[in-house]
Amino acid sequence: MGTLQSSPAPTEYCDLSEKTGFSFEQIAVLHKRFKQLSHDEDVLRRDHFSEIPDLASNPIRAEIIEAFFDQRNFSKNGKGKVEEIGFEEFLVVMSHFRPPSQHMTNEQRENVRKEKLRFLFNMHDTDNDGTITLEEYRHVVEELLSRSGALEKETAKSIADAAMLEVASISVGHMEPNEFYEGITFDHFLKLLAGFEIDSKMSIRFLNMDTITLCK
Amino acid sequence: MKHLALLKSYLGFHLIPRLSNIVPESCLLIVVGLLVGGLIKLARENVPPVLDSQLFFLCLLPPIILDAGYFLPIRPFMENLGTILMFAVVGTLWNAFFVGGLLFALCQIPQAGLDIGLLPCLLFGSIISAVDPVAVLAVFEEIHINELLHILVFGESLLNDAVTVVLYHLFEEFSEVGSVTVLDGFLGVISFFIVALGGVLVGAIYGFLAAFTSRFTSHTRVIEPLFVFVYSYMAYLSAEMFHLSGIMALIACGAVMRPYVEANISHKSHTTIKYFLKMWSSVSETLIFIFLGVATVEGHHRWNWIFVTATVILCLVARVIGVGGLTYVINKFRIVKLTTKDQFIIAYGGLRGAIAFSLGFLLNKSFEMREIFLAAIITVIFFTVFVQGMTIKPLVELLAVKKKQEAKRSINEEIHTQFLDHLLTGIEDICGHYGHHHWKDKLNRFNKKYVKKFLIAGERSKEPQLIAFYHKMEMKQAIQLVESGGGSKLPSAMPSTVSMQNIQPKHQPAPPKPTERVLPQLPKSREEEIRKILRTNLQRTRQRLHSYNRHTLVVDPDENAFKDLILKKQKMIELDRKIKEMTMYLTVPAPHQGSPTMSRARLASGRNTDFIPAQQQKGNTKSSDPQAYNIKPASDAMPVIQVDLASPQSPDSVNLLDEIGKADQEEEQGLMMKPPPGLSGSDKHGERIVVNPTDNVSVPSE
Repeated sequence: MGTLQSSPAPTEYCDLSEKTGFSFEQIAVLHKRFKQLSHDEDVLRRDHFSEIPDLASNPIRAEIIEAFFDQRNFSKNGKGKVEEIGFEEFLVVMSHFRPPSQHMTNEQRENVRKEKLRFLFNMHDTDNDGTITLEEYRHVVEELLSRSGALEKETAKSIADAAMLEVASISVGHMEPNEFYEGITFDHFLKLLAGFEIDSKMSIRFLNMDTITLCK
Repeated sequence: MKHLALLKSYLGFHLIPRLSNIVPESCLLIVVGLLVGGLIKLARENVPPVLDSQLFFLCLLPPIILDAGYFLPIRPFMENLGTILMFAVVGTLWNAFFVGGLLFALCQIPQAGLDIGLLPCLLFGSIISAVDPVAVLAVFEEIHINELLHILVFGESLLNDAVTVVLYHLFEEFSEVGSVTVLDGFLGVISFFIVALGGVLVGAIYGFLAAFTSRFTSHTRVIEPLFVFVYSYMAYLSAEMFHLSGIMALIACGAVMRPYVEANISHKSHTTIKYFLKMWSSVSETLIFIFLGVATVEGHHRWNWIFVTATVILCLVARVIGVGGLTYVINKFRIVKLTTKDQFIIAYGGLRGAIAFSLGFLLNKSFEMREIFLAAIITVIFFTVFVQGMTIKPLVELLAVKKKQEAKRSINEEIHTQFLDHLLTGIEDICGHYGHHHWKDKLNRFNKKYVKKFLIAGERSKEPQLIAFYHKMEMKQAIQLVESGGGSKLPSAMPSTVSMQNIQPKHQPAPPKPTERVLPQLPKSREEEIRKILRTNLQRTRQRLHSYNRHTLVVDPDENAFKDLILKKQKMIELDRKIKEMTMYLTVPAPHQGSPTMSRARLASGRNTDFIPAQQQKGNTKSSDPQAYNIKPASDAMPVIQVDLASPQSPDSVNLLDEIGKADQEEEQGLMMKPPPGLSGSDKHGERIVVNPTDNVSVPSE
């Protein structure tokens, strides 16, 4: 337990801990980072994120930053985007990346899986309409390939098309030639990544974070 | 002799399929070896020492290890590297000292009748403690457990070679000398690091050399596989020469060179390498087990009940305790914890094999304990391979251990794997936490920026992984397509009737009511999109054209008047007619109904199936529509049908109001020769322009 700077009283930590599942130490460490990023203000804005140097070379940087300001990630019924977030929202978004704890019932595990997949889904579905259309998926593939230097738009499009075809085949199976597949709904997304073991893949070790002071 | 043995083993094995279900191949091979050895003994007095250590370490072992190293699944290996190293290093050390120490304690008991010093006991412990990659491979290959367990046990068996080499040489030296000081112990630890890291370094150097060489082999494709084999073997020999870990060198060499070599060499070379490695490793494995059987019969061992039974029991106990204790510690650091079931399989999979025997065989002949040791080693090997090897399969079933998922790597999973990598790296950066992903990302970027440019020839150095994966998939599908005859329905993994058409964004204007005359306007961006979609969608486009007739696509957003539209169309039709008179026949590939794989394959061919508009060919600049009716000769393989221009399916037949209605009907039929349904008659009053070179152009009267 390090020393806490001017920070919310431990009772607030209790609430946060219950809500997000982090331990007190982890919350304290993340709070320190929050203050560092926001230059000791109470809220984070998009330009604060743009200042992180390591993030600059990430091909999907824009999506990641947007995910922090997406109200759908804060609560189940949120909609739309905000301009600035407080520490609680920051923590809620981070909690999507907590590793699964060992003692969980199957139902809890399933819920955790759904939450993480929901987060991913929200990242893809930029226009908030509940489906990932072909255009949005193409955008994802293009972003992934954007840092390669050899941006071949045609190949990117073909890849996205092939992927979409795969989703449609898996989820819907049989379609008449003139039916139209609107886009990937959340259920299809779940089905698509059923074997993906998202709960272990999409986690970060929040254990040892004293390296914070090393980087900007 | 050897040929006979091989022949017998394969015949016996494959003629008795039921037997192969119960007994793993390695057991059968040992039995065959026993038989052969017995026969030889009956025939002559002296059984030739076939399992000569030289032969084993120089010829029989390298192919198996190279095969394992070259095809090592890097991703799961790296993800679990910490765990694997713990098991390999700490686990083996624990085994060695536990078995050696307790055996020494046993020898102290006067009733045992054994008199073995501490150091020889520890030497024996170090020989017997190492899990053997050959045996593990042989047994685990048949039981198909999940990837995690497989890579843990297998990785452990590969990496513990460094420990074994160090301990073996150390204790052998010390046994000669007779006493050990603390300094010696300390030097031993240092030598471990040198052996392990040195081996990896040597292997990596040779790996880079091989990759660099392969960059220049574009003119001599035939000898490409040779470089792979030669450099790997040199890595092994170099490491062994300096008493470094040859196995680790070989693994490092194979794993390092693979991504670059595969990008450089031809497809045929790749196939050659794959099958040669599999062949050599198969042969080696077979020979090893047979010779083990022969060597058993050969003699040169002294049986001591107490020693042997104690060894067997101690090995088992040591393994169980070791795995249990280590897992307890490891689980504190793992995200995916190892369950008790996993621990049991890992412990049970600790098989000993021919490496232990060869090391024992290598012992100095004047070493008095040698024969007792050999007897014990053989017994342990037999026990693990027979008892554990045979029972592991039913145990896996009984415990319902997760099996290997046969899922095909799909493009969606690949996309999301990459996406997740970047996402997690980003989150780590935001947290300010230099973790796993951060360093992996840095390594990848370094690799992409410098190393790939240096080691991969030509354009492929810039190819991102996703595109490489996609091209691989395309190749596979193309090959499948060709192999299946090109026309029939592919036995695809996804039997469905979903095709490209179903997922393309729908741009159909709302079906106009009969009284409506206004054609809905398409915004420019949608139009662009339609064009692109249609361009890549060869087959369906023919049918689609009736709904998205090129004339509708020429909608100039500025024009709002319907009449202007009609005028324009008329002009174009005139031009078209003139051109059509010159090209009387259309070659149109017959559509393959309901074969999504075909269109997918076509799509996956990645080629830009651009239409070359007839008008543009003639230098006509009036028409801006790229859609036209001359299809590239890429579709040569398809049957060619002639379309009579008089039929309403003719692209020139434009029924502005009918087209939507017809779309449904026509898409079912595709392009066929059919009597025109009511060529002249149409229910709708409206502009119906039919162009027929044989008839007069009937222009509707307005």
